[in-house]
Amino acid sequence: MPYIPVTGEQQEDMLHKLGVVSVEELFEDLPKRLRYPKLDLSAGISESEVLRELSALAATNANADDYRWFLGAGAYNHFIPAVVPALASRGEFLTAYTPYQPEVSQGTLQAAFEYQSMIAALTGMDAVNASHYDGATALAEAVLMSLRGTSEDKRLVLLPEGLHPEYRAVLELYLSAFDVELRTYRGRPADAAAEKTTNTGLTAVVACYPDFYGRIPDLSGAAEAIHEAEALFIVAADPIMLGLLKSPGAWGADIVTAEGQSLGNELAYGGPYLGIMATTNALVRRMPGRIVGEARDAEGRRGFALTLVAREQHIRREKAVSNICSNQGLAMLRSCIYLATMGKTGLRRAAELCWHRAHYAAKRIDALPGFTVEEGAFFKEFIVRTPIDAEILAERLYERKMVPGLPLSRYFSDRRKELLVCVTELNTREDIDDLVESLREESK
Amino acid sequence: MIHPDIPLLKDLSVPGRIGASLPRLDVEETPIPPQLLRDSLTLPEMDELSVVRHFTLLSQRNYSIDGQFYPLGSCTMKYNPKMNEAAASLTGFRRTHPLSPERISRGAIDLLYKLQRSLEAITGFSAVSLQPAAGAQGELTGVFMIRDYHRRRGENRRTRILIPDSAHGTNPASCTMAGLIAQTIPSNTSGGVDLDALRAACAEEGGKTLAGLMITNPSTLGLFECNIEEIVRIVHEAGGLVYGDGANMNALVGVLRPADLGFDVMHFNLHKTFSTPHGGGGPGAGAVGAAPSLSDYLPGPLAAMSSEGPTFTVPKHSIGRMKVFNGNFGVLVRAYAYILMLGADGLRRVAEGAVLNANYLRALVEHAYPVAYGEGRRSMHEFVSTGIPNVHTLDVAKRLIDYGFHPPTIYFPLIVKEALMIEPTETESKETLDAFAKALLSIAEEARSNPELLLAAPHDTPVGRLDETAAARKPILCYR
Repeated sequence: MPYIPVTGEQQEDMLHKLGVVSVEELFEDLPKRLRYPKLDLSAGISESEVLRELSALAATNANADDYRWFLGAGAYNHFIPAVVPALASRGEFLTAYTPYQPEVSQGTLQAAFEYQSMIAALTGMDAVNASHYDGATALAEAVLMSLRGTSEDKRLVLLPEGLHPEYRAVLELYLSAFDVELRTYRGRPADAAAEKTTNTGLTAVVACYPDFYGRIPDLSGAAEAIHEAEALFIVAADPIMLGLLKSPGAWGADIVTAEGQSLGNELAYGGPYLGIMATTNALVRRMPGRIVGEARDAEGRRGFALTLVAREQHIRREKAVSNICSNQGLAMLRSCIYLATMGKTGLRRAAELCWHRAHYAAKRIDALPGFTVEEGAFFKEFIVRTPIDAEILAERLYERKMVPGLPLSRYFSDRRKELLVCVTELNTREDIDDLVESLREESK
Repeated sequence: MIHPDIPLLKDLSVPGRIGASLPRLDVEETPIPPQLLRDSLTLPEMDELSVVRHFTLLSQRNYSIDGQFYPLGSCTMKYNPKMNEAAASLTGFRRTHPLSPERISRGAIDLLYKLQRSLEAITGFSAVSLQPAAGAQGELTGVFMIRDYHRRRGENRRTRILIPDSAHGTNPASCTMAGLIAQTIPSNTSGGVDLDALRAACAEEGGKTLAGLMITNPSTLGLFECNIEEIVRIVHEAGGLVYGDGANMNALVGVLRPADLGFDVMHFNLHKTFSTPHGGGGPGAGAVGAAPSLSDYLPGPLAAMSSEGPTFTVPKHSIGRMKVFNGNFGVLVRAYAYILMLGADGLRRVAEGAVLNANYLRALVEHAYPVAYGEGRRSMHEFVSTGIPNVHTLDVAKRLIDYGFHPPTIYFPLIVKEALMIEPTETESKETLDAFAKALLSIAEEARSNPELLLAAPHDTPVGRLDETAAARKPILCYR
């Protein structure tokens, strides 16, 4: 086998050194009756056979290269410059461990520091951690963070009605150990926070920027109203949109979370993705996750190391701010390379393309007989009301090698005639025109 | 050798440069409300080659499995086959959307289903969820399941989870996040669970508050817990459930199914045992297996097989969702490729090779590096030394860097004061083990004759030992 280099002859020598005749003797502490069970697993096959089998499985999946793709809903088909996979797949990054030994991990550490710096700039915040599992767990941990250090009577978290249903599910599970009410609000977060009579014990108000339906909420006055209630303002943002629009920090957020998949990570059927978390200097010691900081050696040379570790599980055990250990380091590295490559101009241009093409698509679809697009400010995603069942319509478009969006019935059984359409910088005018034409023809 | 600083991205930025080429705008513009526009954005402005050089230079400042031996105890830093990368980058996996309709993503669901079945076969559990993103998230999943099991039976008072003092920090931290109380139980003189202490802890508060036990086997000392079946029986008889921490599964794969020991729930680190790369800290995958007692509580959805082909299903009493979508799918593809290639026989050879290598390496160095609790017993996939006289374990670790080896895990488990935890894995050759042993022995000699050499190590890295205390006091977390 190519992954086990010890030869039969060497094994004999090694066993001899150990004073045993068989490898099984090394397992003498294991209950004898349980040793060497017959596994219901096929015999091994060769590399070419493995890849043939997996290629056959992969070939049955619709993919965003072969289909015109208008489905987002939390995972987005954005451009990934070729340098991102080329650099991130270097073995020195790919096969390194967590940088607990900084002298031999300066590559990973400096990249993490640069990632933290660029995300701080993008979100308008002071400090950033080196990743969570995904956007949903980052948001859940942000809400947990808002509970930390608060008094017992802090028991209310306000969540927007447009929160991604799967994020909502993750939040409910992560918060299930705490006596906290998760209450849904509609409309402006400033107004929700100002409802003093019903908001006893308000801990945090979450806003999605934009929400699951692509809608950009009015965040004006939110930070003031939320801080007035002595609660924290948490914003879950789209990082591509932040290349163009006002940062959550500028809106007064205390904690910002985001799904970083859009920043150079593949769709990959749902993962690995990147949970982004950023906060203010005042809250950094309550933030979970690994953080990289600048440090000096005895000769004054600059280096980078994991810092503020007194928050973490390997030091504080049951008193740690979170149990997180392994994170999404490689996804973070990909986002770091992505941001360096796209830079200030590239990220803005991608966001502008999303904005203009999505609005172009929305206008054209809205003009189709029987179709309407919900009004209001949106970014790259919008709800389309369809004349016929959206799932049936979508099914017809699959035959044309087109995935027109997410039928909302996937999450809400009573919303049969709504389609969530997503347009990014990878959808050309031709694609959009084709989509419009197909919707018209297939909805008759 | 001189190691100049690698400039930060901000210092490489030159206004007017761009590293990416984007399509031209081909539709009419829609005005953006001015009150929504951001004023400025400070991101680097670089050409593509500058980006490539920067990250290439950075990568060269890392140790990695591809370059160096990484005997990092409890982390199973085995070789990450390149075949896995080829599998994960197939277009039909890489470019498939997680909400793609089932009818046009059967292959992806089928892969999840086949991996679930393979892990069930390997571990003996009746059902497996692939959703958790990492070992710690798998643990949290498991303790949520234990909590909900008791709650469903109306036993809300069962909130105490017993954890041996040799456990990973994630065990007690996961309990806290699940609203349970982590209670430490001491190890006995041979490093195993102290049975009397276990019985006493189970019986506390009339025996009505025990939720369960979290146990790592082989333990973090690299020793198989010989009393494991007795331990499981004690906890079960007290009404508790047993969580198995699968961090050390590399010692058992193909040789023993952990479910046969009586565990109710357990996670497996696919990024350890099943060869997926660590990526400088992640992503991992912490698949969770459950015995019939808990399989209805697994997070959903799970992949399943219907008459129409692969589909999804949600367990009857599912705890809910740990993560969006389908787990760290790219990691799952890699692990499945590895299992396919090795098959049952290959996996058995993994554990055998891991245990053989660990015991051989131990035999080469134990006269100089005494083994904690291991007297007269075989180690499993790793061993823990108590260190050497005259210097601290940290100094040994740093000196190993001068010899071109990544340091082992140090100061863990906490019950061994100067712990040096060595796990060679099965993918290292006898030549590498011999060379590493030689380095360790020569360091032991240096510790006697010239300890200053160790105290000042490492000598030829881009930076020396960093002042982490000062860095934490006045943290600099971003460049400005």
